[in-house]
Amino acid sequence: MTLTTAARAGSATESPEAKARRPKRRRAPQVQDTPADRIFMVGVYILLTTFLLIVLVPLINIVASSFSSPAAVSGGRVFLWPVDFTLIGYEAVLSNEDILTGFGNSLFYAVVGTLVSITLTVMIAYPLSRAELVGRKVLIGGVLFTMLFSGGLIPTYMVVRALGLLDTRWAIIIPAAIGAWQVLIAMTFFRSSIPAELYEAAQLDGASDFRFLWSVVLPLSKPLLAVIALMYGIGQWNSYFSALIYLRSEELYPLQLVLRNILVLNNNSGGSDLANQMAAEQMADLMKFSLIVISTVPVLLVYPFVARHFTKGVMLGSVKG
Amino acid sequence: MTATVEARTAAELRGRRRDTRRRNLRRHWQLYVLLVLPVAYFVVFQYIPMANNVIAFKDYNVVDGIWGSPWAGLEHFERFFANPVAWDLIRNTLMLSLYGFLAGFPIPILLALALNEVRVRFFKRTVQMVTYAPHFISTVIVVSMLILIFSPRIGFMANFLGFFGMDSNLLADPDAFRSVYVWSDIWQSAGYSAIIYMAALAGIDPTLYEAAKLDGASRLQKIWHVDLPGIAPTVVVVMILSVGSVMAIGFEKAFLLQNPLNLSQSEIIATYTYKIGLLNADFSLATAIGLFNSVINLVLLLAVNTVSKRVTGNGLW
Repeated sequence: MTLTTAARAGSATESPEAKARRPKRRRAPQVQDTPADRIFMVGVYILLTTFLLIVLVPLINIVASSFSSPAAVSGGRVFLWPVDFTLIGYEAVLSNEDILTGFGNSLFYAVVGTLVSITLTVMIAYPLSRAELVGRKVLIGGVLFTMLFSGGLIPTYMVVRALGLLDTRWAIIIPAAIGAWQVLIAMTFFRSSIPAELYEAAQLDGASDFRFLWSVVLPLSKPLLAVIALMYGIGQWNSYFSALIYLRSEELYPLQLVLRNILVLNNNSGGSDLANQMAAEQMADLMKFSLIVISTVPVLLVYPFVARHFTKGVMLGSVKG
Repeated sequence: MTATVEARTAAELRGRRRDTRRRNLRRHWQLYVLLVLPVAYFVVFQYIPMANNVIAFKDYNVVDGIWGSPWAGLEHFERFFANPVAWDLIRNTLMLSLYGFLAGFPIPILLALALNEVRVRFFKRTVQMVTYAPHFISTVIVVSMLILIFSPRIGFMANFLGFFGMDSNLLADPDAFRSVYVWSDIWQSAGYSAIIYMAALAGIDPTLYEAAKLDGASRLQKIWHVDLPGIAPTVVVVMILSVGSVMAIGFEKAFLLQNPLNLSQSEIIATYTYKIGLLNADFSLATAIGLFNSVINLVLLLAVNTVSKRVTGNGLW
């Protein structure tokens, strides 16, 4: 349900802009629909509605369950609407220390990781977008090759180990700092969206390359920075793999790894005395639903913004570099 | 005579080019300063690991290190293929990605073509916003959702299947593993994958639609003769990428969906490498398996790209 509201909000904010670019060509072929075309359109709407429902129903079921009573959830009585509405699932989640620590850690990894990643990505993509750079082709080739062939799990692990990064926060941030794909997107953006005239003008005014990058290129690249920041941020928030292989100490675990332990491996740290075992089990079931909702909220909060920019990002990326 | 003149001018040219290069380096030194850290990153975290693959041909031990450990030739590769598990792993990996490709490739195209026909803007935007959303949900959450909705007692899908007399727990059934994996993947990514085709459809020349209309084309004919040829280059590029990565199927989701009951079909190369390398600490064997996998990937991608360039004229580069 959060989703439909988000969808509505998204379309409301976009409508003036969208109205302006509603293309004329849409009108023309629309005029005469033959009966066969009308039947075809009915088929199209049925197909899309089915698809919409397939995506929505599981999401709504999870949200509805998270607001239901433990007994209703365990009895499988919740479908699309909360049964015996209550917030105790959320209270249980928010009073679990592992989850709160994981939340804090993930926030740290996402924010710091994104800042590091964006800085490094701009630092490589901008010079590579400049034609006068000596060795440009070799460097671009070097970046692109990493998309085709990677060192692999163990060889990378050995590097991280040799650098003494194992079981530190840096192991989550540094080995994944730069994505070749993001470099490619940023490079393409700089090359196609920063007019050469600006650079010439800046040079006449005696601006250095640093100065030009900082005061001209970056302010003009806000949409790009938003796209790659979201890519890195969401990627960091959602990943568990590097934490799984590089971290041992539980106090460093990101949320996703904590979630895996609770949701997938079913290790709930809550105490279980036999008398309350049934109640505890029911509570554990309910908590899983609430946990799923809570951990997805940060992503959903940025979602209306994300959806618009990601579309642009996909298109930026689809321009051949 | 002329030859020496030419030689001299060539030498001068080369010299001059070297001069401009040097001047260029001096004037734009800041660009090179910017590059230092990112290039160091690529060397340390991408290229040194590639070089570390040498331990696939050695008996790695911590004391002697990567370069000091004794050579073992192809022993680790032989050890891998001598193990009957190897062929199960290769089969599981290939079957999973082929299934994923066959089922998952056409659906985003269908979705984009259908969305492109819709004139009711509110409906179109709603479908788009909703179907993109699962893309941003983490793998851990998607797998947890699967576990919950298919869980025999609480899940609505389990109840739904039970209604049709299928009451076994799907996640514990090895034969269902691939379907669960692939269809949940489609659930998660079809909407998002459709974006690239939507973009291609938006780029089709409007005069083609007008011409089709004048010729009295029905909607279906218009899709067949205008839309599909219009997005064909995009389709080819996406296809190369997916065929080229059939062996590169990711670790994250398969690992989470694994349980002792479905292991016979859910153990793929990536998860096996993790277990051999990090849980059994057999670095050389794990590296050999990983290297074998990466090389197959690279070869496949290059092959598909070459074939596609010959046949359709479209390729990645």
